[in-house]
Amino acid sequence: MGEKCAEFALRAVAVTSIAAIVLIVAFIAREALPVFAGTGVTEGGEPLILLTPTPLPDGSEQFLWQPVSQPPKFNIVPLVVGSLKVTLVSLLIAAPLGIAAAIYVSELCGKRQRELIKPTIELLAGIPSVVVGFFALIVLATWVQRAFGTEHRLNTLLAGIGLAMAVCPVIFTVSEDALQAVPRTYRTAALALGSDRVQMIARVVVPAALPGILASLVLGFGRAIGETMIVLLASGNASLVSGSLGLSTRTITATIAQELGEVVVGSAHYRVLFSLGAILFASTFVLNSAGERVIHGLRKKLGTA
Amino acid sequence: MRSQALELRREARARAPEIALTVATATATALILLALVILLFDIAAEGAKVISWKFLSSSPHGLTGGGILPAIVGTVALTLLMTVAAVPAGVATAIYLTEYAPAESKLARTIRVCIANLAGVPSIVFGLFGLGFFVSTVGKGIDRAFYDGRIVYATPSLIWASLTLAILTMPVVVVATEEALRAVPREIRDASLALGATKLQTVVKVVVPEALGGVLTGAILAISRGAGEVAPIMFTGVAYFLTVLPSHVNDQFMSLSYHVYVLATQSPNVDKTKPILYGTVLTLLGLTFLLNLAAVILRAKTRGKVHAGE
Repeated sequence: MGEKCAEFALRAVAVTSIAAIVLIVAFIAREALPVFAGTGVTEGGEPLILLTPTPLPDGSEQFLWQPVSQPPKFNIVPLVVGSLKVTLVSLLIAAPLGIAAAIYVSELCGKRQRELIKPTIELLAGIPSVVVGFFALIVLATWVQRAFGTEHRLNTLLAGIGLAMAVCPVIFTVSEDALQAVPRTYRTAALALGSDRVQMIARVVVPAALPGILASLVLGFGRAIGETMIVLLASGNASLVSGSLGLSTRTITATIAQELGEVVVGSAHYRVLFSLGAILFASTFVLNSAGERVIHGLRKKLGTA
Repeated sequence: MRSQALELRREARARAPEIALTVATATATALILLALVILLFDIAAEGAKVISWKFLSSSPHGLTGGGILPAIVGTVALTLLMTVAAVPAGVATAIYLTEYAPAESKLARTIRVCIANLAGVPSIVFGLFGLGFFVSTVGKGIDRAFYDGRIVYATPSLIWASLTLAILTMPVVVVATEEALRAVPREIRDASLALGATKLQTVVKVVVPEALGGVLTGAILAISRGAGEVAPIMFTGVAYFLTVLPSHVNDQFMSLSYHVYVLATQSPNVDKTKPILYGTVLTLLGLTFLLNLAAVILRAKTRGKVHAGE
């Protein structure tokens, strides 16, 4: 009797994680779906979220995110572009560094160094993102502006560098695990066939670990696009559509963080912010599922799953 | 002599690619470590000038003076409540997954997928969810049912911020506990069952005590993660500025993490705020760092124990 009760209770608690995901989806979708469907939100039935530029009195056209103007304009193009831009910059910095460090730690350095470097880089992952954001804002901003002569003190490049500090440990850890999962026999076979260490690494080990390394990039992308505090503090938060890295930019996450505190619950603006959350949730969900799938296979190979 | 020199040169040439690769990858590794060192050194050096017992134990005066006591107390209260919710739920989930769920169970697989995805949900989405679900739905429901619609629970407060964080940190507890439970050798379970213990007795009295190190590691990591988060608590309970300490779960509270954000962005006088900002960052970083370090050591210790037992 007690046995059955205990099992039932444990299962009931375990199911809360499913419930949590379902509730998150339900409560985000409840606000976001009417916005996407364009029903019952504005009086004229016009779509709330804009994707095309608005013509201005002077004849030019611009993508406007002006939630408090009359009427408000919710053009999400600058925010999506901003998020992607910052994420790409961070990956361009973090991916080469993270993967190279993974190769060094897994293949080239001694065991002692490995045992020291790995946990240290993982400590970097444990630093709260608000602290990294603070560091970017107070310290890095000055250096970046001096080195690159950027137009705005807070800009895309700075936010990308800050983000890279958070993304790098993710890419490093997953890539290193992937390299470690390559069976020893592959290495000994390559060496026995007469290849040197570089050939072994470049033609056998890295190709064998490639799915895991790609997964690390996918997970890094997911981590970067969902990151809030670093970009909120370092990006400058101006909603501009521009390819320039020296200009301030505004991301999806930072927009929610800055504006949700001031909106009326249930208003159009409130719902648009939830729609942004829905876009964010959907994209990270897809990215993480894809990444986790590869990693799960890896762990099975490593025998740690 | 000559042939020996040639031999050496040939060897050096053959080793050149390896040396180049080692230097290049070691440089990348060094760059990452350097970034970490600069960050820590800058914060430690600037922060140490400010931190004193008075700074840690007094209330703030505006954003340019005073201490950070309410933020410390708030962070402790927040993570304590969060732990009370997240750790039992996470441990129970892990026990179910490793000890009870059949290997090919669809339910177990679904739970695993959900936990993995929960861990990947952006923290700002938890903020949206906490506001939409806990504050405006659960809170409102409680007020309607017990307080005649008077606003008691339908407002951002300590309890809602803690519960939002609990959902965010639960996967950390599950993963760490599962790892520890799996490391418990099968023989111990078999021995317990063979001695006539029931499954529940085996789990409670034999398996879980063996895995306690892992449970503790999970709890510590969860607290460290929770203490550093800002986005999930921004709309669910954290206050911009308070001079009183929270005394009830319905109170708003200050937190170290949010205080860092506020000081960094809202100050009317940047130069006056900067020392306080560094002091707050160092306190937050010290807290999360010590917790992480404890987790790393604890994990190494428990792993060592398991391996020694094999």
